[in-house]
Amino acid sequence: MINETVVDLSRLQFAATALYHFLFVPLTLGLSWLLVIMEAAYVMSGKEVYKDMTRFWGKLYGINFALGVTTGITMEFQFGTNWAYYSHYVGDIFGAPLAIEGLMAFFLESTMVGLFFFGWNRLSKAGHLTVTTLMALGTNLSAVLILIANGWMQDPVGSAFNPVTMRMELTDFAALVFNPVAQSKFVHTVSAGYVTGSLFVLGISSWYLLKGQHVEFARRSFRIAAAFGLAGTASVIVLGDESGYSVGEAQRSKLAAIEAMWETEPAPAGFNLIAIPNEARQANDFELRIPYVLGLIATRSTSEVIPGIKEIREKNRQRIESGIQAVIALEGMRKNPQDEAARAAFKAHEKDLGYGLLVKKYVEDPRQATPEIIHKAAMDSVPRIAPLFWSFRVMVGLGIAMLALMVVAFWHSVKGTFQNKPWLLKWALYSIPLPWIAIEAGWFVAEYGRQPWTVFGVLPTHLSASSLSVESLWGSIAGFVGFYSLLLVAEMYLMFKYARLGPSVLHAKTA
Amino acid sequence: MFDYATLKLIWWLLVGVLLIGFAIMDGHDMGVGTLLPFLGKDDTDRRVMINSVAPHWDGNQVWFITAGGAVFAAWPLVYATAFSGLYWALLLVLFALFFRPVGFEYRSKLPNPAWRKGWDWGLFAGSAVPALVFGVAFGNLFQGVPFDLDDSMRSSYSGSFWALLNPFALLCGVVSLSLLTLQGATFLSHRVEGPLQRRTILAARVCGVVLLVSFSLAGMWVARMEGYVLESIPDVRGVLTPLMKEVGRAPGGWFANFNNFPQLWIIPVLAYAGVGVVLACIGSGWTLLSFVASSVACVSVILTAGVALFPFVLPSSTHPDVSLTAWDATSSQLTLTVMLWVALIFTPVVLAYTSWAYRVMAGKITRDYIAANDKQLY
Repeated sequence: MINETVVDLSRLQFAATALYHFLFVPLTLGLSWLLVIMEAAYVMSGKEVYKDMTRFWGKLYGINFALGVTTGITMEFQFGTNWAYYSHYVGDIFGAPLAIEGLMAFFLESTMVGLFFFGWNRLSKAGHLTVTTLMALGTNLSAVLILIANGWMQDPVGSAFNPVTMRMELTDFAALVFNPVAQSKFVHTVSAGYVTGSLFVLGISSWYLLKGQHVEFARRSFRIAAAFGLAGTASVIVLGDESGYSVGEAQRSKLAAIEAMWETEPAPAGFNLIAIPNEARQANDFELRIPYVLGLIATRSTSEVIPGIKEIREKNRQRIESGIQAVIALEGMRKNPQDEAARAAFKAHEKDLGYGLLVKKYVEDPRQATPEIIHKAAMDSVPRIAPLFWSFRVMVGLGIAMLALMVVAFWHSVKGTFQNKPWLLKWALYSIPLPWIAIEAGWFVAEYGRQPWTVFGVLPTHLSASSLSVESLWGSIAGFVGFYSLLLVAEMYLMFKYARLGPSVLHAKTA
Repeated sequence: MFDYATLKLIWWLLVGVLLIGFAIMDGHDMGVGTLLPFLGKDDTDRRVMINSVAPHWDGNQVWFITAGGAVFAAWPLVYATAFSGLYWALLLVLFALFFRPVGFEYRSKLPNPAWRKGWDWGLFAGSAVPALVFGVAFGNLFQGVPFDLDDSMRSSYSGSFWALLNPFALLCGVVSLSLLTLQGATFLSHRVEGPLQRRTILAARVCGVVLLVSFSLAGMWVARMEGYVLESIPDVRGVLTPLMKEVGRAPGGWFANFNNFPQLWIIPVLAYAGVGVVLACIGSGWTLLSFVASSVACVSVILTAGVALFPFVLPSSTHPDVSLTAWDATSSQLTLTVMLWVALIFTPVVLAYTSWAYRVMAGKITRDYIAANDKQLY
């Protein structure tokens, strides 16, 4: 049997390293396009202030970028170190977008970032703008490929199980690349990055305006950030991830858990604004419900029914029973590849193979799965409700709050009155942390919501981990968290220091 | 386009290309990082060294990242088994690498000498430790790694981290460390001038000699070592798993490929020739030629090891039959085909803009240049 503690610690380590990595990536995604906009303004207008803007925000970009690279190195290798069985089982598919990301996106981004910083006096104006644009393009391409990989974990299209090699194999590359789940995730995630970059520039510019420093510089930065931020916030909400949940069956259990919707309701379902979910009773102790809204958001129709948690669990129980037959047949085929009866049984139950593997959390031999064990596995097949319900509402609530700020900031930016509105400037300044909280909550919803699977319906999380010792895992978790935290302190120190110094740092002789 | 066996062979070569690209490109900035505390006598010297690679190190590191991704995509079982088995060795490399992005970016952002000195040692660790561990890893491949695979392809590793640090593996570590440091020293000799350049040339000579000696010793050791030999394997054009073959061990087995195809001896000979050219030319101003010759040495040393091991990629010392090879640890034919197209299209593009970036940033980095661009440079 696989050690449960090892699985839990592996999850903890992955979550910690991914959440750390995701503190830096969104700012890079958004700020890179803001740099392109600012530099384009410089190339077109010839005004030095736009060059100063590109270079100063570029300096802060670099301080953030360094930790994005540092924490990103881990991600490329951590599937192998800590999720070895996952890597074997789905590497044929999942490895491809990762390798393509390196070749297509990382090289571009990382080569151009060097020229962005050091090429100012060696490239023409248009040449340098091209470099900045390619850098932004590389960053965003990298997000496309990572979300293709992640989208496949949420909805594994274009692949099939091969009983000879005991793994999933690619059958349709185009289906993998054009997976609708991946596309909606990409738009949602990069838009969230654009909001992060915008709010970062908006908030720091507001601080300069409140202090009466670098006024011309801050005014122009504010305006660009307000416009880009409004577009980004609108996109992140309108093209929210939730539209993707209805695409495949894959996302139904996540949707039901996010909404704490225990029973299947007649369409269109109501939306629980607040609820206190009770796992034991499979019901909510309290709920504040807005009729029809969920059905409209999730299915974009008034007639499509969204299944409730209880119905999903009951269906999954049947799939687990069928899947157990597939697991047994597969073992028979491994012992004797000529066993025709096993072959036929496997064929009949193949689509439920992943569900059959769910019982391996409780018994090594699926033949010994009692009805109680099958019931437990079926209960596991929907993640715990309360953490998802609340983190989703934190994300959405903050999204709406940021939309309000961006609308007001953009309005006053168009009217040209924002620098006389200290309440607005303070509002923007103190809102700087919001996108980060929303994004980390969003990551949690996406990944915790996929449990108990690493690859939905295909490979359970508890089978995916490497066979490591508990001591090794505690050691590496302490190493990662300790090291990252020290680097984060250095990063924050430099970020605050350079933000305080402001654009004057570009021209000063000594800092 | 290609049959499965050819694809498997091409992917063995492509992973080799990525490792060689890593050694040539990231190798030279790691070499500079390794030399940083020893050749840089004052802060300006060290900034000269750092800024010779500052615009490029990040792009160069992608060779390492992409090699990781390519192994994942082309050899999923190798990626899974090697990285989970050699858990602490890989984490040691990662933790060392963490110092690089922040070391480069943050070091000169504050004038405090203790801050800068601290990051200099961080850059040293981030360069020297991976350079050493890569050789140690190769050294362990020659001896086999203690792992087993069950019939569901789940791997289990039964060795310890400390066992990896055996004498032969450490000797291989010296080979890789001196190889990459030579690469850094020849690069640096081309990009700096004055007393720093003279120290750099001396460093290149020392590294060249250490490389020749350690490479020769490692070769003699391997000749006496029990190598792994494929005794039977089903048709390599088919769909295989590592559980279908028989593997034996034989003294001198790692020389089998060289003995069967004597023309392959040209590869290790080129390693000696490359280092020889460096030793002969670097003192007389042929710095670019020396860098090219050192790069030839990188190609040859890595290929020598790869050819000796072929078709083995990860031999198992405890269960030789489940050793992972280029024939039976690969991805499906479709994945290998798709990824080959991706590599054929994008590798030339990457090489094109990388060489353009080097052309844009070409020229000597001088102490005056550092002083004149104090705030813009690392």
